[in-house]
Amino acid sequence: MLGFGADLLWADMNRLLAFLFHQGVLDEQFLQLQQLQDHTSPNFVSEVVNIYFHESEKLLNNLRSLLMEREFSDYKKIEIHLNQFIGSSSSIGAKRVTSVCIAFRAASEQDNRAGCLRALEMLEHEYCYLKNKLHELFQIEQQRALAAGVRYPMQHQ
Amino acid sequence: MAAAGEIFRSNLTELLEESHSGDNELHVLAVDDSLVDRKVIERLLKISSCKVTVVESARRALQFLGLDGDGENSDIGFDGVKVNLIMTDYSMPGMTGYELLKKIKQESSVFREIPVVIMSSENVLTRIDRCLEEGAEDFLLKPVKLSDVRRLKEFIMRGEVKDGEKNSLKRRRSSDDCSPSPLSTTFSPMRHLCDPPSSVFSPLSPSTLSSKKSRL
Repeated sequence: MLGFGADLLWADMNRLLAFLFHQGVLDEQFLQLQQLQDHTSPNFVSEVVNIYFHESEKLLNNLRSLLMEREFSDYKKIEIHLNQFIGSSSSIGAKRVTSVCIAFRAASEQDNRAGCLRALEMLEHEYCYLKNKLHELFQIEQQRALAAGVRYPMQHQ
Repeated sequence: MAAAGEIFRSNLTELLEESHSGDNELHVLAVDDSLVDRKVIERLLKISSCKVTVVESARRALQFLGLDGDGENSDIGFDGVKVNLIMTDYSMPGMTGYELLKKIKQESSVFREIPVVIMSSENVLTRIDRCLEEGAEDFLLKPVKLSDVRRLKEFIMRGEVKDGEKNSLKRRRSSDDCSPSPLSTTFSPMRHLCDPPSSVFSPLSPSTLSSKKSRL
């Protein structure tokens, strides 16, 4: 049955979401974003998340470059980047990434370079995990849309 | 679609038409340096049936309002595009949301009357107090939710209500937070408990408040 595939994928998507919530990777803000998606803005969540990925990668690169500097001392700059990262991460509901950023910021406020480096490692790890999981989620969603689409005649505009 | 924010004034007639066509629609000017947040706030507002202009800096906001350095719009002979609400992020490079707030409140009566709401991911009481003291309508803790926008919209739509009514709204929010008694759901307006600026309480537990908040 054609529609069946879509239903199974829907269940997969929900299972993954539930898992991510349970693990604290995502929080209710992500649900809020989903609520903002509708037929007038059908790709809203993935659009926002892709902007987030793009910006985050820049921030992570900046953070790494700064900390790897031989004569590093600009903790203020680290904090500026982190504040941005905290802001955007909490805006999409990336709970664990946000928490690690906050811990990172605390280390920076104490001028603790070693602590910062450890936090950066953790942040990169968490961010990668988040990115992979969200990609997985979007893939399932796309497959589901396709599977559901096969059931009904496609209207070409 | 993403470029909905950066609007510069090019066509005066176009703008005049704009300001007359959506007269019953709230026009909100949102200011945020974060692209992610701009996208989210724009969507929050659009889904709440508001007309939205999103800009990336306080400077751009002032430009949009026609308040950039020149003071009066005498050379254009035009009041500026009608904006019913300004929502601005607090921490922005260059001019902060707080500085933008001050600038607007220092202006002529037309602009000073526009309610300004500050948004911030930092829950710092001194910051909140400072903003409210400068005349901010409210202080929202990020991430901003649909319920925040809806609450704001309802408040603004009611127009320039009497101070008493305004305060009762704020007191209701704060009393919901600091008093567990069911009184807050039955009485209106509240006379006791907290004095303004009591919306200081709202950022502390915004989600609890939005779920506890009762209708007038």
